[in-house]
Amino acid sequence: MAMKGAIVVDIEKCKGCGVCVANCPTETLALHKEVNGKGYNYSYMANPDTCTGCTNCAVVCPDTVITVYRVRV
Amino acid sequence: MIMDIKDIIKPENLVYQKTSVLTDNAMHYCPGCSHGTVHKLIAEIIDEMGIQDKVIGVSPVGCAVLAYNYLEIDWQQAAHGRAPALATATKRLYPNKYVFTYQGDGDLASIGTAEIIHACSRGENITVIFINNGIYGMTGGQMAPTTLPGMKTSTSPYGRDTSTMGFPLKIADMIAMLPGVCYVTRQSVQTPVAARKAKRAIAKAFRGQEQCKGLSFIEIVSTCNSGWKMTPVDANKWMEEHMFPEYPLGDIKDYLQ
Repeated sequence: MAMKGAIVVDIEKCKGCGVCVANCPTETLALHKEVNGKGYNYSYMANPDTCTGCTNCAVVCPDTVITVYRVRV
Repeated sequence: MIMDIKDIIKPENLVYQKTSVLTDNAMHYCPGCSHGTVHKLIAEIIDEMGIQDKVIGVSPVGCAVLAYNYLEIDWQQAAHGRAPALATATKRLYPNKYVFTYQGDGDLASIGTAEIIHACSRGENITVIFINNGIYGMTGGQMAPTTLPGMKTSTSPYGRDTSTMGFPLKIADMIAMLPGVCYVTRQSVQTPVAARKAKRAIAKAFRGQEQCKGLSFIEIVSTCNSGWKMTPVDANKWMEEHMFPEYPLGDIKDYLQ
């Protein structure tokens, strides 16, 4: 039973610290080349197909900007 | 089968979202600061225990002085280092409330050393959350009592020389020998595993207040990437390599069930 996940980042609140990227076990996340209103390169799903919805990124996010969804496929 | 993201992002598939105990205010902390993660863990525990109207926090002087902007609970704000004294009064007046202090190392391990040691000595039934990043973060990265030997700070630009500047003060190890303290643990929040362990430790300390066995003390070894002049990810690695040998993680004392 595989898991398929997706995250939603609150772009304007993300500070682009990259801790979620470093802790993503499937290398789904990356910092976007564009910036948000505060000038931070926000986090996004660069490889959305690999996300398993493990919630690791959301747990370590200091600003709690990540919401995680997961389904069984 | 490749699913479309829109088919996954539905309310029934939600597995993690921000707890309502955290306010919608954007935190003033630097990007990647451990404070935000610890705030979130505390908020999640308060939410899961259903004690939002029964918990009183005491915020310190330091970066976390504005913690009352981020957690939707009752707060007090203490003079520098005096959070355990204020928490003592609060807990004695409201013994049925869950009272915790949230202090940094410049606050707790320096100017507040007397307060924390005597609160431990009296065995006050409170929880102390101690954020140790080895530096004075808010005031510009000065040397703290917890600064590592050889560590460069703005007031020890050639590194902390132990012959003139002394050695790191290990508060958690010191207070563990006091009989008024029931639970002492050292945790970190730089990885998901560490953050989940730290959350369990904080939850245990909060629940421990119901047993009235004494003071519970949770040290969180954390980073100050701005003060250390590193990126958040590098600061986490530096902490694992340099802080953990000096401040090893794990339970130091546990008299709680």
